[in-house]
Amino acid sequence: MSQKKYWKGLEELNETSAHQNVVDNEFKESLPFDISGTLLDATTPRRDFLKFLGFSTAAATLAASCEMPVRKVIPYAIKPEEIIPGVPNYYASTYVDGGDYCAIVVKTRDGRPIKLEGNTLSSITQGATSARVQASVLNLYDKARLRHPGSVNDKGEVAESTFEALDRRITEALAGETRPVYIVTASILSPTTKDVINQFIAKYPNAKHVVYDPVSYSGMLLANEASYGKRALPSYHFDKAQTIVSLGADFLGTWLSPIEFSKQYGIGRKISANNARMSKHYQVEPNHTISGASADFRATCKPSEMGAVAVALYNAVTTGAAPAFSSKKLNELVTKAAADLKKGNGLVVCGSNDANIQTVINAINSAVGANGTTINWAVNSNYRQGIDADMVALTEAMNNGQVGAVLLQGVNPVYDYYNGKKFADGLAKVPVTVSFAERMDETAQKCKYVVPDHHFLESWGDAEPKTGYYSLMQPGIAPLFKTRAFQDSLLAWSGSATTYGDYWKQYWSTKLGGQVAFDKALQDGIIEPAGEMPMAGAAFAGNAGAAIAAIQAKKAGAGLEVMVYEKVAIGAGGAWSNNPWLQEMPDPITKATWDNYVCVSPKKAKELGEELTGITEVENKKRVLKVKANGQEISLPMVVVPGMHNDVVAIALGYGRDAKVGRAAANTGKNAFPLVTFNGQTFEYNTNATIEKTADVFDVAITQTHHSYEGRAIIHEYTLDEFSKDPKHLIKEREKELSHYAGLPWEEHGAGHEGGEAHGGGHGEAAHGGGHDNALGIAPVPARGREAAGESAFDKGFRENGTLYPTYEAPGIHWGMSIDLTACTGCGACVIGCQAENNISVVGKTHVLKSQEMHWLRIDRYFSGMPDDPDTIQTVFQPMLCQHCDNAPCENVCPVSATNHSSEGLNQMAYNRCIGTKYCANNCPYKVRHFNWMDWNGADCFDDNLYEDGRRDDMNDDLTRMVLNPDVTVRSRGVMEKCSFCVQRLQDGKLAAKKEGRPLKDGEVKTACQQACASDCIIFGDVNDPNSEIAKVRFKDQKERVFYVLEQIHTLPNINYLSKIRNTDVIVAGDEKLDGIFKAHI
Amino acid sequence: MFRSFANSIFALVITLFAFNYSASAAPDGKALFQSNCAACHNPLKDATGPALKGVDARVPSKEWLHKWIKNSAAVIASGDKYANDLYAKWNKTAMTAFPNLSDEEIDAIIAYTNSVEPPKKDDGGAAAATSATKDTSGSKWIYSMVTLILVALAFILWRVNSGLRRVANDKDGVPNEKEIPFYRNKVVIAMTVILVFILAGYWITNGAVEMGRQQNYMPEQPIFYSHKVHAGINQVNCLYCHAGAEKSKHAMIPSTNVCMNCHKQISEYTGAEDHPLVTAEGKEVDGTAEIQKLYKYAGWDPAKKAYIRDEKGNIKATPVQWVKIHNLPDHVYFNHSQHVTVGKVQCQRCHGDVQEMDEVFQSSPLSMGWCVNCHRQTEVQFANNNYYSIYEKYHAELKSGQRTGVTVEDIGGIECQKCHY
Repeated sequence: MSQKKYWKGLEELNETSAHQNVVDNEFKESLPFDISGTLLDATTPRRDFLKFLGFSTAAATLAASCEMPVRKVIPYAIKPEEIIPGVPNYYASTYVDGGDYCAIVVKTRDGRPIKLEGNTLSSITQGATSARVQASVLNLYDKARLRHPGSVNDKGEVAESTFEALDRRITEALAGETRPVYIVTASILSPTTKDVINQFIAKYPNAKHVVYDPVSYSGMLLANEASYGKRALPSYHFDKAQTIVSLGADFLGTWLSPIEFSKQYGIGRKISANNARMSKHYQVEPNHTISGASADFRATCKPSEMGAVAVALYNAVTTGAAPAFSSKKLNELVTKAAADLKKGNGLVVCGSNDANIQTVINAINSAVGANGTTINWAVNSNYRQGIDADMVALTEAMNNGQVGAVLLQGVNPVYDYYNGKKFADGLAKVPVTVSFAERMDETAQKCKYVVPDHHFLESWGDAEPKTGYYSLMQPGIAPLFKTRAFQDSLLAWSGSATTYGDYWKQYWSTKLGGQVAFDKALQDGIIEPAGEMPMAGAAFAGNAGAAIAAIQAKKAGAGLEVMVYEKVAIGAGGAWSNNPWLQEMPDPITKATWDNYVCVSPKKAKELGEELTGITEVENKKRVLKVKANGQEISLPMVVVPGMHNDVVAIALGYGRDAKVGRAAANTGKNAFPLVTFNGQTFEYNTNATIEKTADVFDVAITQTHHSYEGRAIIHEYTLDEFSKDPKHLIKEREKELSHYAGLPWEEHGAGHEGGEAHGGGHGEAAHGGGHDNALGIAPVPARGREAAGESAFDKGFRENGTLYPTYEAPGIHWGMSIDLTACTGCGACVIGCQAENNISVVGKTHVLKSQEMHWLRIDRYFSGMPDDPDTIQTVFQPMLCQHCDNAPCENVCPVSATNHSSEGLNQMAYNRCIGTKYCANNCPYKVRHFNWMDWNGADCFDDNLYEDGRRDDMNDDLTRMVLNPDVTVRSRGVMEKCSFCVQRLQDGKLAAKKEGRPLKDGEVKTACQQACASDCIIFGDVNDPNSEIAKVRFKDQKERVFYVLEQIHTLPNINYLSKIRNTDVIVAGDEKLDGIFKAHI
Repeated sequence: MFRSFANSIFALVITLFAFNYSASAAPDGKALFQSNCAACHNPLKDATGPALKGVDARVPSKEWLHKWIKNSAAVIASGDKYANDLYAKWNKTAMTAFPNLSDEEIDAIIAYTNSVEPPKKDDGGAAAATSATKDTSGSKWIYSMVTLILVALAFILWRVNSGLRRVANDKDGVPNEKEIPFYRNKVVIAMTVILVFILAGYWITNGAVEMGRQQNYMPEQPIFYSHKVHAGINQVNCLYCHAGAEKSKHAMIPSTNVCMNCHKQISEYTGAEDHPLVTAEGKEVDGTAEIQKLYKYAGWDPAKKAYIRDEKGNIKATPVQWVKIHNLPDHVYFNHSQHVTVGKVQCQRCHGDVQEMDEVFQSSPLSMGWCVNCHRQTEVQFANNNYYSIYEKYHAELKSGQRTGVTVEDIGGIECQKCHY
């Protein structure tokens, strides 16, 4: 509702003058050269000016008058049958990163993978992807990847060697080894890889396999073993849950299998006026996650309190005992959640790695009957298998000199083990240490040999994400470098003559029963049992009482606590730290790029010193805090995050990498893994801490105040209750504001009446045509067009009469998009999907600091509520991209008509016509146009022409440029760019239809953002087609929720939004009066 | 500009002529021949397979011919004498089986091959083209001569006029101004400066507009590959080699193994008498030597009649590095299949009469104005393609006779983001 106050950051809320300066000055940079000092003050300014003029004219003439270069066209010598140059091929494959899984389809152009899409055949991920999946194609072309095997010297450098030579040396060493040999891997989803490891263990009986996950789920595995007798994870069904309670689990962002869960969660959040039902989501968390942002009811607690919250919930569910926390909101949440859980179809998840807490969670789920309804024990999830104590034991053994060899695959304990130094020391005492890492990560540098593994897009393989649900992996490209599959190395060292590829093929053709079935499985990418997933519960046999006693025995520390968390983009580090797309993706909550930092609540920041408010809110320079915990000290800049618990600070993992990990990773943030502790059974990710203010400041590139709307109402939000009682409120509100313009003044005032579409279809026509008489014969109703699709008379009236300009009817297709704010979780998959599809440049930290980021699609995050009380904070995400206005303000002001409108409703941008005046960006009310201040992609055309910051030069070499989409122009310096609605896909889809001589089918073309979205909140299609999804959403099913941003200025956007609906009692407004009422209630 | 316009008109005429011809003579036969047979057969000359003109008279019977074309291997295997002799005569080269061709289609092909006459030496169309070009340049010359004469006349009259005025003044006793030479006359200087400015501006602007355009660009290629010999004399279908034109944005330069489909058999150029190969500079080219160059690239041993293979069994072929003639800027998206498959545009419309070119050159300017003009004038295949059924308004207008056709422009074909994205 428009009177509510939403703010992107405290600076906006407090309307500080510094913020106003930032907002007023959209292009922060002054001209790139200093004209005032030298030119005009010079003794002969006129002559100098003429000199400049002459030089630039001469230079331009010289540069332009060069002859056309002779270009070669080189065909294949022998063309592979399946490749037609210019036509993409798609291969079903599997994305695997440790235990993270996604079924994908790889788009290859002329033999290069350039884009990954979700595989819709998979019943697990159902075509969804995440930002990391979208970005993983860039890792394939990472310059920092190891290019050959070799032995590593003391300085961490690799001396090139051959596989044969290394095989000989390693097998000799292994053969003579009597002490245990350890294979350390991340969680393994691949059944054939497990076979290969077993073969290796059969050959070397002293070999052992240790599974290690940097962010561990040991607590859950152990609790499940105690509760249900199996050391396994069940399948969760968020789609079947009516009540979701999450205690610190960011299941939409990072917890266990966020892609799968987002898809499921989205199903329960689809709401319309006809079906005003949605799941209810309670979230208790210490920091602010995207799951918390989506939650209907959110409260904060300290990480050490999480056990107590679980116990309170258990008591409330079983005995009805009232919780007794000092936080009223928390008490209310526990009581209400318990009541809702008892209604059935409840699901409780918890992000803690403490086995006792997880046992209590199991007890709650068992008590509310979740097992068998929302928790499925018939099909286990294999995402995480690591047991922390195994790794601790291995480290001890290494340090005691009891280990003969360590082979490390997909893990990097020197960096991400809680005591990485001890692991490194141990490693030095092991005679044979081999890393299969794809880059010289911190652990590979301490090993004796590196035998680099393929990237997953170069590999054959398989995955079993859930028991009985398989997924095959096939390469999209031949290996770029001298790398070898990890399995091939193990097979070679076990003395096997077969390669992994043959073994894998043999395994699957035998299992599937022949070549035909194998080919089909490879084509589909997945092998799943027919029918719905079987569902079964499990009997809870754990000792809840003992677990509760153990939790209560553990004293919750007083004072400040520090916790470490995974960012949605970077996760626990790995290869992601060196992925410039992910590094530059603004964090969904903090909107910060390129760094990690200490997240602090606004109240805490004030306590640290009033002067911090200025320096922390507006300026890029953030005060550096020293966090002391666990015998460690970390100094990082502080970022104020509304919604953080006041006594908690949070630091993201995955930063502070070694320079050899790659250019993008180097010098970004600090490593937070040393803050992790081991409690004798599992790792704990939070601990007591103290913070200290320092005198230092540090630049953090935060995009939150770039592209400000300056407080204009652009979001409409309702509680479920409000919406179901008065679903037409939004329509009425829009009509109240706009109806003045929806008709002509001399006409009967009331074109905008509710139900206008019933009689109003010919309303305007009757007025204009005058001759039409329904009694005489109705004018033929066209089968297509917005009117036929059910556009209301009010909308039509506003569209046509709200302007002095004539209206243009699109004769064919009219493209439109709908974005559901209720379903959007802010995860950022669309941002990276768009970046991969449209060759969007990475600009690097220095330029993000200057508001020069290039993302065509950004996700604006708005807070509401009172900053000092984290429990009142409610968060809304709004994906913002070019609105393709039919009456676009940018088009009118372009002096060279470089941007203009197409008959299909696209706001077109002709780069080669643009002369860079930036008038369009100044006149765009949505701030979605981005100017190329530099040549982000071709800066290597001159030698030594790379940039000061060095990070984003990664798009300036031939290897990385292999990821570019050849159907999209790579923009150069000096031109404006913005979302094109993926026009290359639209054109391609239309061409395919024309070739087959049929109309375009609805849903045949998808934009990259739509395809990447895990929660299906983007719908795209032809508005003129009454049967299209978009027309149905806009004019029928969801018409009560439709609104357009800044509709009142009559830009006629082709993107509509659906109002945010929260299944809660009160929407926090951030407005004094309303909040007073809200306060009184809690 | 005028010249290029004339050229494109000419190309249009030729295309229409060719189209009409094919439409009236043997419609199925020619198309079928070009798509199925032309790779190995020429109607008039022996190629990979025998010349086909009069083939129905040579073979034992029409039925035999049908059987042979549908599955020659079966006929040979049946022990048929004529078949086995033929097989032996052609070095035991098996003919591809065409089980999909119907008897009527085969008859149409034969009818077409019988109808083909040897080409006349002098091509009327080409002559017309040159004369047309000459005409335009001739009239230009005449115009400039007339202009020059008129300018000279004006100058002389001006001098005479001023001379006479002087004489008259002398007579009347009016004092004459001191005479200054015309080149110091301020009016003349000003006029000249303005004229030079205008002309130079025109020249520079035109030059700048033309920058980066390469009409008539005819680079030397690594192999003297004559399109005239292949597409013209031997009538190989354009799409046989440029197979991508129907499916992809790229028409595709064929890989060497496509060349070798025919050139396994054709190892020498035998047409030098009828059509000697000569470069643009007038140098004679030995066609057989050029085929030898191809063998080198393709990894073919002409003596052993086998590919040269490496130890893994891969053919040792290297791609030919052709010089690209038709260059579009990177910011232009052009899709061949859109034009060839959907628009049914003939290749010659943009590429000129490639079948008449020994060395290919860029015949069209490939400028944006040229593209846009065509999009303005060309009608889309509106009625035949169901995709366009969504344009209800146009269909209604067509029905009511308000409109005779729908051009590319009408469906948004000159909007920026149809080609620039």
